[in-house]
Amino acid sequence: MIYAVLGLTIGALLGFLAPGYIPKMYASYFSVALMSGLDTVFGGLRAAMENKYDNTVFLSGFFINMLVAVFFCYAGNLLNIDFYLIVILVLGMRVFNNLAIIRRLYLDEKEKEAQEKEKGKGAKAD
Amino acid sequence: MVKIKKHYTKVLIFVVCIILGFMISMQLKSTLRSQTVSVQRAEELSVRLQQVENDRDNLARELEEYRTGRVSSTLKQEMDNLNAYAGRTALQGKGIILTIDDSQQTIKAGENKNLYIIHDEDLLRVVNELRAAGAEAIAINDQRVTGTSEIRCVGPTVLVNEIRLAAPFVIKAIGNPQTLESSLKLRGGVLDNFKFWGIKAELAKSDTVKVPPAALRQSFEYAKIVPWDAKKETEGTTETAGKGGAAK
Repeated sequence: MIYAVLGLTIGALLGFLAPGYIPKMYASYFSVALMSGLDTVFGGLRAAMENKYDNTVFLSGFFINMLVAVFFCYAGNLLNIDFYLIVILVLGMRVFNNLAIIRRLYLDEKEKEAQEKEKGKGAKAD
Repeated sequence: MVKIKKHYTKVLIFVVCIILGFMISMQLKSTLRSQTVSVQRAEELSVRLQQVENDRDNLARELEEYRTGRVSSTLKQEMDNLNAYAGRTALQGKGIILTIDDSQQTIKAGENKNLYIIHDEDLLRVVNELRAAGAEAIAINDQRVTGTSEIRCVGPTVLVNEIRLAAPFVIKAIGNPQTLESSLKLRGGVLDNFKFWGIKAELAKSDTVKVPPAALRQSFEYAKIVPWDAKKETEGTTETAGKGGAAK
């Protein structure tokens, strides 16, 4: 967890300090890539909480999802279809979904811990 | 909570998070800039507009100051004099008032009726005569005759200062009334000629002849002002040219 927060801060600092801006032309591609990255990270977090985390899945998901999302956008532009909106919509739904699951898992974990504590107290009292 | 055991996994997550953070901040920066660019431009322009307006107001105020106060009294006097010479001020003084109107005589058969009405040439002759007699300011029907005024025939009217005038013409001239009068009344002179064609001319001497100012010519389009110092130089060149011509 610390690594993740640290990485985010360093990345954000790098981004602010880096010279240059995203050209307007590529702004939509970039936002889609960003969305897919967020999706993958939340997905990874959820997998970790479910104890199903796998390095290869996470990393390949991160990069390949990004590329696929950008490619979708590009293809949409070529065909004059707003795939960009669809990609954002789907990824956004997935992010929300993952967040909901993470929240529930977290609450479940808390409950379990509380129950264990009560059990421990009960054992001592006996 | 989340516990990841392997060490290299942590490094990988670290790297991925760096990339993600970089992307987020990059996106944020770009969006902020694209929003602010137009705003910045508008602000810049409004500041510039204000500056230019201030400059304009200052310059206008300065001009006003120079026109009214801030010049020394001698300079002001000089300016007034020049304005008066240029015909930009109203003038008043002794002079004559000459009123001429078209002839009322019945036109004899076979005569050109053009001879019985006043033409630009008649006015020109009067003005010329007055100037020769030392008139200091002349106005025709309240149109000041200046150095650039024209007196020209346009159909049945006469153009002075690009304004149409019609008979009767009232010519006011400031100068020595005696001289002016006698110059016009010369035997065989202007008024004699008018009398022959029946053109009515009334000459009155007055102690208070008022002559209005001429409309302002704002600027020169073709002429350029030659500075005072350069005047000597041009004189010099013409002199040498003259000498050269004489030598040949």
